[in-house]
Amino acid sequence: MTPQEIHDGLKAKFGDAVVEAKLDAPQPWIRIAPNKMKSLCFFLRDDASFQLDYMMCLSGVDYNDGNLGVVYHLFSMVHKHKIVLKANCPKDNPLVQSVSEVWGTANWHEREAYDMFGIQFDGHPDLRRILCPDDYPGFPLRKDFKVPEFYNGMKVPY
Amino acid sequence: MGLLDYKFENSNVFITSVENLLNWARLSSLFQMQFGLACCAIEMMAASASNFDIMRFGVIPRATPRQTDVMIVAGTVTLKMASRIKRLYDQMAEPRYVISMGSCSNCGGPYWEHGYHVLKGVDRVIPVDVYVPGCPPRPEALLEGIMKLQEKVRKESLARKKQIV
Repeated sequence: MTPQEIHDGLKAKFGDAVVEAKLDAPQPWIRIAPNKMKSLCFFLRDDASFQLDYMMCLSGVDYNDGNLGVVYHLFSMVHKHKIVLKANCPKDNPLVQSVSEVWGTANWHEREAYDMFGIQFDGHPDLRRILCPDDYPGFPLRKDFKVPEFYNGMKVPY
Repeated sequence: MGLLDYKFENSNVFITSVENLLNWARLSSLFQMQFGLACCAIEMMAASASNFDIMRFGVIPRATPRQTDVMIVAGTVTLKMASRIKRLYDQMAEPRYVISMGSCSNCGGPYWEHGYHVLKGVDRVIPVDVYVPGCPPRPEALLEGIMKLQEKVRKESLARKKQIV
């Protein structure tokens, strides 16, 4: 399927949950409402004409305009087509539905996005930090993050 | 002056100082605490392998701090790992030595400015005896570091306390 066909199929099925799309980009993307993510992803995975059964990557983004984002790169092993989904959420209430039930890969990827950006994944079974220490202050890849002067008595800046 | 530089001429008895004997024993069997944290560990392994054969200096890798004399910190020390390093260092029996191998554990290396998670030098948590520069240092450089440490041990004195330079 072409990105346009994927977009039209989603639009017909979910209507308002499809917020925005840019289909002539090098990696065509569709922006989804963050509170519709899970049901939409189940549909994308299971529907016979989409079968996006492989999540290649899940990334977090800080757009530096008060919004955080999650980017999903999806691939179909059956049909060999790709699509990128995006979901935006405000920085003061960063809530996105978890897709870890849809693709097992998403479990650790979402933990990393939580670790680095503080994005809360609603419905994640075990949302803990995965790389930084558990008591690390703040979310280091946010644009407004300041490196702490001391961490557990150890000086951090050079 | 090494202990065995003296010749056995008349009998099997020869005389040295206790200090000399202890230092010779220590510097000839520096058991190494394996502490490979990043790419420097690959060079450390190469130094252990047959081409460079670190074992001819008496350096044998051990996997427990209780059996080791020298900790070779090879690689990037993250803040998360720093507390573990401190604990393992505390578990080593004295006399104990530390070789900091590579730019990362010397001073933070390429992470010196933006490394929010990197300790800028392992000497912020444990005392270091020898710094080996390089990114990563070649095995020869590590061997040089071992020999520097041996020099240091050879000059140690029972009367003077161990000095951290």
